[in-house]
Amino acid sequence: MNSTVAENFDFSTTLGNAYFASPIFTASGCASSGKELSQFFPLNQIGAVVTKSVMNKPRHGRPTPRMAETPSGMLNSIGLQGPGIDAFLANDVPWLVEEKARVIVSIAGETVEEYATLARKVRSVAGISALEVNISCPNVENRGLVFACDPEASRRVIDGVRRIIGGDLPIIAKLSPDVTDLPSIAAGVVESGADALALINTVLGMVINVDSMRPHLGGKTGGLSGPAIRPVAVRAIYQVHQALPNVPILGMGGVASGRDAFELILAGASGVSVGTASFGNPHALIDIQNQLQQILISKGFSSLKSAVGYAHRTDTP
Amino acid sequence: MTTINRGATHIFATVLANKRVGQYHQILLGVGDLVKACKPGNFVAIKVGGDSSRMILRRAFAISRVAESTSFGGTMELIAAPHGSGSQWLCSQPEGAEIDIVAPLGTAFGIPTSPVNALLVGGGYGSAPLFGLAEVLKSRGCKVDMLLGASTGAKIYAPMEGKRSVNSLKIYTEDGTMGQTGRVTEPIVDLIKSGSVDVIYSCGPMGMLSAISKLTEGTDVVHQCAVEEAMACGIGICMTCVLPVKGSDGQVSMLRSCIDGPVMDGADVQWHLVGQTPQVQQ
Repeated sequence: MNSTVAENFDFSTTLGNAYFASPIFTASGCASSGKELSQFFPLNQIGAVVTKSVMNKPRHGRPTPRMAETPSGMLNSIGLQGPGIDAFLANDVPWLVEEKARVIVSIAGETVEEYATLARKVRSVAGISALEVNISCPNVENRGLVFACDPEASRRVIDGVRRIIGGDLPIIAKLSPDVTDLPSIAAGVVESGADALALINTVLGMVINVDSMRPHLGGKTGGLSGPAIRPVAVRAIYQVHQALPNVPILGMGGVASGRDAFELILAGASGVSVGTASFGNPHALIDIQNQLQQILISKGFSSLKSAVGYAHRTDTP
Repeated sequence: MTTINRGATHIFATVLANKRVGQYHQILLGVGDLVKACKPGNFVAIKVGGDSSRMILRRAFAISRVAESTSFGGTMELIAAPHGSGSQWLCSQPEGAEIDIVAPLGTAFGIPTSPVNALLVGGGYGSAPLFGLAEVLKSRGCKVDMLLGASTGAKIYAPMEGKRSVNSLKIYTEDGTMGQTGRVTEPIVDLIKSGSVDVIYSCGPMGMLSAISKLTEGTDVVHQCAVEEAMACGIGICMTCVLPVKGSDGQVSMLRSCIDGPVMDGADVQWHLVGQTPQVQQ
């Protein structure tokens, strides 16, 4: 598989002040910390590794069953299982840096203070390109804790993280599509200091096992991902890009091919994360990256950036 | 605790044969040099349904055995039950079909360095990987006894050629339609007491594995079991297939059955906590 970037074509992208040679990233929670995918391709060949959202303390996550396949998608109910920020920063980030991967660290907290603590710890570590603040994980015990469903709570989290981080590291706020007015929540977190937005997290769903006649997942509800949610992602990216055309968007949601990545870019994404597709195809990131580049060139774009938001152009067809 | 499946490769394999054996399908795949990395207990993750399928996740199958032949090169045998739509698709693949596989994945059964008395216990078509294991154990001079159980005779998988690689084979069915009537776990207590078993290797439903772990508790008998838990990726990135397992430090962690399993030490798996979340010890 050839993943070298064609000459005279600018495939690079930026999120805030962070530069990436390719716009194709892993999606947080779908690549662990990169080691498992690195046996299939070198991690420095993709735009960046967005690590699994990490919390302050080690965490077991939710009980099994944690997974249910659905038509063109799947529900997951992991519940942020992870090693905790200290072990993560001590073991996983240095390894990624050694692999010459671009690293975006994703953090998740239960309180505004926890996010601030996490940001303080991340700030002290070298080799990180950006910070994703996941305020939209649907797999928490208390739905009231999904900050991204509450405009005021979203702003408080981002504001707290921005104060700690200062101006050095771009902050990407990861938002949920499960809200009535996504552009207003997006505007709120940008005002509070987010440099970019990650759209979309999984969509809250449920599967009932018709044999046991009870919810199938141990956590009852789960996050829907995969091609089934791609139109929701395209809509969310389109709406937010329309409202905030200067804010870079890291798009994600059911991307399984270069064509899908191109669709999100047309809607307004400056970068595209590949998540669930890696479960079915460990080479998905490389395949999608190659396909996307070919599509952009064949459509006559001279750079990735010139295609971002192209679906919004006002000239008559 | 391991971190990745080091030997795993993502390739297209050719279906060399697909024949029905009772309620199961015995599928032979041409996989080339990949067989060199396969060990008894490893599994394969297969993309099902073709490119336009609405099934987006791979299906995991235990590798029943591998061989290297002069005519076909490296071959891998799987036993599949056409129950769900993914396994039905696989069982319908004709000779010559190309299928997308990732293998070998997961841990393997530990092979003793000196000859021991091994008891292999299989439930349903969980017996599939035990025949490949039996061959390896026999070649190391082990005594290999096998117990197979199922609810009914049609669900027993015991191919003729497999019987040659064991010293004895006993079959148990709950409805008495094949072998002795009863559960496969019933004779194990006496076998342990008589001191005629050093290691138990098991593969089958979680209830069976858990029951065997109870029987070996407090004895010197080692119990290596191949667990099954719903998996989305098979390569360690989705975190769905976890089980509560006690580590050498006494702490219980949620380990991935695709990376730290499927073969685990039955004494370490916290069977009573499966389906729950252990408390984090700070």
